[in-house]
Amino acid sequence: MAFLTDRKRAVGWGAAKSGTEHFWAMKKSSVALLVLIPFFVFTFGSILGSSFEEVQAYYARPFPAIIAALTLIVGFKHFNDGFQTLIEDYVHGAMEKILILGMTCVSYGAAAVGVFAIAKLAL
Amino acid sequence: MADVNRGNRPLSPHLQVYRPQLTSITSILTRITGNALIVASLMIVWWLLAASTDAAYFAVADGFVTSWFGDLVMFLSVWALWYHTLAGVRHLIWDEAKMLELDRAEMLGWAVIIGSVVLTLLTVIIVW
Repeated sequence: MAFLTDRKRAVGWGAAKSGTEHFWAMKKSSVALLVLIPFFVFTFGSILGSSFEEVQAYYARPFPAIIAALTLIVGFKHFNDGFQTLIEDYVHGAMEKILILGMTCVSYGAAAVGVFAIAKLAL
Repeated sequence: MADVNRGNRPLSPHLQVYRPQLTSITSILTRITGNALIVASLMIVWWLLAASTDAAYFAVADGFVTSWFGDLVMFLSVWALWYHTLAGVRHLIWDEAKMLELDRAEMLGWAVIIGSVVLTLLTVIIVW
């Protein structure tokens, strides 16, 4: 024990049991979304309300399809990380784990459905 | 035992005794808008899935998303999205330990509120 440094004895014992990974993940996805969101709002916004054929033709184009797919992947990852923080702040114990697990399934599930749909439209 | 008095201690001042401040209101709105965006996100995913399936399914999903209720959700979500985006920029600024003085922080709060309204109106005008 005497040979361990103070740092070595402290690592992993904080309330979060980890370092800054979560903070850094949020920061990365937020900067990515800062670029993606304006593109997504104006591509999706311009086609919403159009006919079935127009929507199919629009998302067969590479730019709207790639923007939509990237926005869904990064957006749902960012959402899931943010929701985790919300739950960790207000809910504790078993329900905390259940809610985080449940919303992780919803987030990755929704991202997968969205990317599948865009791939089908685009190809 | 370190904590024999759990549950029977005086509590530090909590939500109900604080006067609402611009900084606290804009902070909680960041969390509310971010999490509320799940509704519009799931509607968009459903709409895309329907668009990739067939015309009949698209008519159902598109009918819902472009109904008055869908329009209301989308309009509020556009504001929530711009608000959350600008509030996120504020966090990126604060993460650099810049503009943390009270007057600068409050200025950023107003920038987020006014900016989100302006961007929402611009978006509605452009995509309508």
